[in-house]
Amino acid sequence: MHLILFIVFAGFCLAGAINLLLQSHPINSALSLIVVMTSLAVLYLLLGAEFLAIAQVIVYAGAIMVLFTFVVMLLNAGREDRTLGSRAALRVGFPAVVAILAVIATVILRAQGLGVARLSEGITSTEELSAVLFTKLLLPFEVTSVLILIAILGAVAMAGHDGGDGERTGGK
Amino acid sequence: MNGYLHLWLIPLLPFVGFLINGILGNRLPKWLVSTVALLAPLAAFVAVLDAYASLYPLVPPVCVPGNCANAWHYISLPYVETCPMPWIRIGALHIDFSFVFDQLSLVMLLVVTGVGFLIHVYSVGYMNDDEGYARYFSYLNLFLFFMTVLVLAGNALVMFVGWEGVGLASYLLIGFYFQKKSAADAGKKAFIVNRIGDFGFLIAMFLLVANFGTLTFTEIATKLGQDPGWTGGVVTMITLCLMLGAAGKSAQLPLYIWLPDAMEGPTPVSALIHAATMVTAGVYMVARTHVLFDHSPFALGVVAIVGAATAIFAATIALVQNDIKRVLAYSTISQLGYMFLGCGVAAYSAAIFHLVTHAFFKALLFLAAGSVIHGLGGEQDLRKMGGLWKKLPITFAVTTVGVLAIAGIPPFAGLFSKDAILYAAFLQGPNGKLLWFVGVVTALLTSFYMFRLWYLAFWGKPRSEDVHAHESPWSMRGPLLILALLSISGGWIGIERSAGWVNMERFSGFLAPVFGARGATEGNAQLELTLSAVAVGVALLGWLAAYLFYREKSTVATRLAGALPGGYKLLANKYFVDEFYGATVVKPLLGFSKYILGWVVDVGIVGGAAWLLGGIALLTGAILQRWQSGNLRSYAAWLAAGAAAVLLFLLVPWTMVLAALPAIHPGVAGH
Amino acid sequence: MSSFLAQEVPLSWYLLLSAALFSLGVVGFLIKRNLITVFMSIELMLNGVNLSFVTFAHQWHAVKGQIFVFFVMMVAAAEAAVGLAIIIAVFRARATLAVDRIDLMKL
Repeated sequence: MHLILFIVFAGFCLAGAINLLLQSHPINSALSLIVVMTSLAVLYLLLGAEFLAIAQVIVYAGAIMVLFTFVVMLLNAGREDRTLGSRAALRVGFPAVVAILAVIATVILRAQGLGVARLSEGITSTEELSAVLFTKLLLPFEVTSVLILIAILGAVAMAGHDGGDGERTGGK
Repeated sequence: MNGYLHLWLIPLLPFVGFLINGILGNRLPKWLVSTVALLAPLAAFVAVLDAYASLYPLVPPVCVPGNCANAWHYISLPYVETCPMPWIRIGALHIDFSFVFDQLSLVMLLVVTGVGFLIHVYSVGYMNDDEGYARYFSYLNLFLFFMTVLVLAGNALVMFVGWEGVGLASYLLIGFYFQKKSAADAGKKAFIVNRIGDFGFLIAMFLLVANFGTLTFTEIATKLGQDPGWTGGVVTMITLCLMLGAAGKSAQLPLYIWLPDAMEGPTPVSALIHAATMVTAGVYMVARTHVLFDHSPFALGVVAIVGAATAIFAATIALVQNDIKRVLAYSTISQLGYMFLGCGVAAYSAAIFHLVTHAFFKALLFLAAGSVIHGLGGEQDLRKMGGLWKKLPITFAVTTVGVLAIAGIPPFAGLFSKDAILYAAFLQGPNGKLLWFVGVVTALLTSFYMFRLWYLAFWGKPRSEDVHAHESPWSMRGPLLILALLSISGGWIGIERSAGWVNMERFSGFLAPVFGARGATEGNAQLELTLSAVAVGVALLGWLAAYLFYREKSTVATRLAGALPGGYKLLANKYFVDEFYGATVVKPLLGFSKYILGWVVDVGIVGGAAWLLGGIALLTGAILQRWQSGNLRSYAAWLAAGAAAVLLFLLVPWTMVLAALPAIHPGVAGH
Repeated sequence: MSSFLAQEVPLSWYLLLSAALFSLGVVGFLIKRNLITVFMSIELMLNGVNLSFVTFAHQWHAVKGQIFVFFVMMVAAAEAAVGLAIIIAVFRARATLAVDRIDLMKL
C-alpha cells in the first residue's frame, strides 16, 4: 500500500512540477503548483507528519497559492510572450542544474544508513510537536510571528499606494 | 703616549666654512665671507702642523748617510683614528670612517692645506669683482674638505668618498661661470670622464673586498705581507682597475681630455684643483696602495708606460697652443705623466717629491697667468700679448722663477724631483732606459714650450691694443711671491750636502716607513751626476731653441709651421682626440639614447606597457560590464552555477577522483 | 504481487524526489518569463526542501526536523506576501511582468 501511494502521489508531484514549467499562462502554473502541494501533503502523511500535512494544505495550498492566484488575476497577467531571453541562463544555468542534481543524487544513492519509511512507527503526534514548539522553541515562534507582522506591514505599504509610485508608465 | 690628534678637525674646518659661506654667504658682508673662507684652510693647515708637532720632534735630526731611515723618531705611526660609530658591518666585512696619519699623508696635507691657503688668499683679490663671491669660496672650502678626507682616508671607501667629492667640487668650480655654455659643457665633460675612471676604482674595490675581505689599507698590506703567493693574477686586475681610476682623476691617457677644457673655470681654480691638488689625487692613490702595485710587475709596467706616453704626448700638444692656460694645462698633464712614470718604476718617494715641487711651481705659473689675464682685462691669447715685462714686473719675475723651475734648471725645484724620477727609471733595465729617453725628450719639449710662453707673453713689443695693463693687487702678489720662494727652495729638501748631487735620502728616508726602502737611491753617484747633466743640458737646449724661434722679429716658427702644415694642424688640433672620441663614443651613445632608449624603450616598451595595462583594465572592464546586465535570469543562472560549484567542491571526493584518473587513462600514468 | 505491494519505500526515494523537485524549481526559475511564475518556482524549491526535512525527521525520529518545516512554511508565507507586494509595485512602475524587461539594475 505504502508503495502504491508513494508512486501515485510522487507521480502527481512530478507531473505538477513539470506542468508548471510547460504552461505558458501563469494561472495554469499556479494550479499545477497547487497539485504539487497537495500531493506533498499526502507524502508528509506517509512519513508520519500529520500536523505538517494539514498545515501544508491549509497554509501553502490554501493561503499562499490563493494569494498567488489573486495577484495573477489582479495584474491581469496574460500569456507569456517571447522576449529577449538570456543566453547565460541557458548555457550556464542548465549545466549547473544538471550538476547539482547529479551530485545530490549521487550522494543520496551512496549514503548508507538510510532506512525505509515505516508507516507504523514514525507518526509524530501534534502533541509532541507543540510540546517542543511552545517550550524549547518559544522564542523563534514568537519571532516568526513578529516577522509575519512585519511582512503584512510591508506588503500593505508597498502594494497599498494609490498612484503614489505608479505614475511611471515604464518605457524601456 | 702621545695625545689624541683630533684628525677630524682637519676636514671639519673647511666643511664648516663651506656651510657658512654656502648658506649665509649672500647675506654676509664681503669681508666676513673672505675671513671665514680664509680661516678654514688656515686653521686646517695649523691643525696639520699641530699633528706633525705632536708626533715629531721639532728639530729634524742630523742625517748620516745610510742611516737616515733610523734618524727620524716616530711615535706609533701610522696613526689611525676611527669614528666610534660603525659604518658598514656585513658579515665579516667591517668598514668604518677611519683616518690614517702617516708621513705620506702629512706631506700631502701640508701641500693641500698650505698651497690651498695661498690660493684662497689669491682668490680674494682675483674674484673681488665677481657676483658669485660667496658661492666661489664655499665651493673652494667644500673642495678642501673632500680633498683632506681623501688624503686622510684609512680605507678605500672613505677615499672613494673624498674622490667623488673632489670630482663634484671640480664640476661646480669648472662650471662656475655657468651662464657660459662652454663652461657648463666643460664641467659636464670633466665629471663624466672622471666617472669612467671612478668605475675602475669601484671595480677595484669590489675585487679587494672579494679577495681580501677588507678595504683598510693597513690590513691589505698585512695580508699581502703574510702570503707571498699573491702575485699577478687578481692583484694585477685590481691594480689595473685602480690605474684606470687614477687615469681618470689625474688626466692620463686616454682620459685626459677633460683637463684642457677645465680651464674654463676661474684661474685660481685651475691652479688649485687642476695643478696642485685634485689631479694629484691619482698619484697619491697609487702611492697609498703601493703594496698592491709592488706585487704586480705587469701593472707597474703599465703605469710607467702610460705615464711616459702621456708625458710626451701632452708635451707635443703644448708646443703649439695659443691660449696661455691651455699651455699650462697640457704642461700639467705632462708633469703628471712624470709622476706616474716615477710610480711605475716603484720610485714612489720620487713621484711624491715631484708632486710637491710641481704643486709649487705649477700653482705659481697658473696664478701668474691669472695675474697676466687680470692685468690685461681678460685676454688669454698668447699671440696678443707681449712686452709685459715692463708693465707687470713682479708677475714677470715670479713667472721667470716658475719657468726655470719647470724646465729643470738648477738650483730651482723642478730639477731635483725630475732627476730623481729619471734616474730611477734609468736603473730599471733596458725598458727603463727607453723610458728615461722619453723622459729626457719630454724635458726638452717642456723647456721649449715653457720658454716659448715666457717669450711670447713678456718679451717684445706689445701686440695688443690694450695699453692699460696693470699690476695685481697685493692680495694676489703675496701668494705669488711665497710660491716663488718655495719653487726656488723646495727642491733642496732632497739635497744632501756632503755626498752625491741629488741625494734623496732625506726625503725618501722620511717616507721610508711608508714605502719601504725602495725610495732610497743608492749606488752610483757618478751615473747620477751624468744623467743630471744630460737633463740640464737638454733644458738649456730647449731654452735656446725657444729663443731662436720666438725672439723679436724671428720668423722661424712661422716658417716651420708653413713647411709642415699637416704636422702643425695635427698638433694644434690636439691630435683630433676630442673629435675622435666624439665620433666613436659620444655620437653613437647619443644616437643609441635617442633612437633605441628614447624611441624603442621609452616610448615603445615603457609607454607600451603602460598603454597595455590601461588597455587591459579597460578591456576587462568592458567584458565584465556585460556580465552586469540587470537580467534576472542570467543572475539566477550564475547563482545556480556558483551553487553547483560549491556543491561539487564539497561533495566530490577529489583525492579519489584524481587517484582514479590514471586508471582511466593508462597512458598518462607515472608522470 | 502482495510481496511487491508490501514492500517498504526506501527513504532515498523520498530524497530523490525532493532533489528532483528542487531542480525543477531551479529550471523553472531559469526559463520562465513571467515574474509571477518565477516566484512560483521559488515556492516549488522550498517545497522540495521541506520534503527532505520531513524525510530526515522521520528517519531520526526528530521532531525538530518537522518544526523546521513549520518555520519554513511561516517564512515562505511572509516572503510570498512581501514578494507579491513588490511584484505589484514593479508592475505599477513598469507596466510589464516580463522578467527580461525589468533590468533597471544594469550597469
